[in-house]
Amino acid sequence: MAKVLVVTSGKGGVGKTTSTAALGAALAQAGQKVAVIDFDVGLRNLDLVMGAERRVVFDLVNVVQGVAKLSQALIRDKRLDTLWLLPASQTRDKDALTEEGIAAIIKEMRPNYDWVICDSPAGIERGATLAMRFADIAVIVTNPEVSSVRDSDRIIGLLDSKTEKAEKGQRVEKHVLITRYDPQRAARGEMLNIEDVLEILSTPLLGIIPESEEVLRASNIGSPVTLSNATSAPARAYLDAARRLKGDDVPMHIPTDRKGLFDKLFGRRAA
Amino acid sequence: MSWLDFFRRGATAPVARERLQILLSHERAAARGEPDLLAKLREEILAVVTKHVTVDQEKVEISMDRGATVSTLEINVEIPNPSGMLLAGI
Repeated sequence: MAKVLVVTSGKGGVGKTTSTAALGAALAQAGQKVAVIDFDVGLRNLDLVMGAERRVVFDLVNVVQGVAKLSQALIRDKRLDTLWLLPASQTRDKDALTEEGIAAIIKEMRPNYDWVICDSPAGIERGATLAMRFADIAVIVTNPEVSSVRDSDRIIGLLDSKTEKAEKGQRVEKHVLITRYDPQRAARGEMLNIEDVLEILSTPLLGIIPESEEVLRASNIGSPVTLSNATSAPARAYLDAARRLKGDDVPMHIPTDRKGLFDKLFGRRAA
Repeated sequence: MSWLDFFRRGATAPVARERLQILLSHERAAARGEPDLLAKLREEILAVVTKHVTVDQEKVEISMDRGATVSTLEINVEIPNPSGMLLAGI
């Protein structure tokens, strides 16, 4: 029976889609059967980040409207045979999704997967609330930066009130995933402290993903970063985060500035 | 692509550029209301098949690959035996 996980944030551009692809792939790499669903109707991108953009036949809206069967819309990953993608529609508007339709899809998927990961659109509108609606677990993607933390707090409020679990008096299990963490700026005291972020949000930490050019390289070639370069710092952070989701006890690794003296003096790269 | 790319081994930006060009050419055509040939073929081929045999929707596998110069459409229909045919791979 699948655990339904929503990757959400409120704010745009913090790394939801990257994190969905990376966590989905990391869980599949660990032998779990995973389906990732793009809820960003009208602005889909999970297909592109996962390198399946040329292979989309049907989409989430087609399934909700009964035009296609779920099995026909799911795209199997070419690299990991336990990873599947259900793309969003690019042409319809977000009102094409109905709560009943999503409920039926999630219900059909639960027995067949270990994880169903819902990639939420930014904002707090219909797409975002539907993406979180049936979640058991939420990963709140947060940058160590004031507006992102504020929006995460807002999303946590919605997770505690607007989800099916919340309405039944249960709790959605919530985790904060810090992304785009820059060790150099942290060392200079220019970035919000991780402890402060967690204290403000009163939510446990799932992992810290360092800002890295590997993430950009991965999306350029259409591969989750855990596959494109599994030993890179962001990939290792995502692989650890996935193990924590599975319940493993993995020590938390805070990325540090490991650049040499030469880089420090001459190679200060814009974040 | 600039001559500098020659020295940047393993540069991924050219891959990104090519992927986007292919994707956007298909999406812009769709936005202009040009008929999606692949989707139309898919619908009409299935309509022809269902005209002759009852097909279980679950037994229809469709895959596409949209390329720059060539796209492929693969339809596998499992046709029940009493009606004679075994497997139509189009």
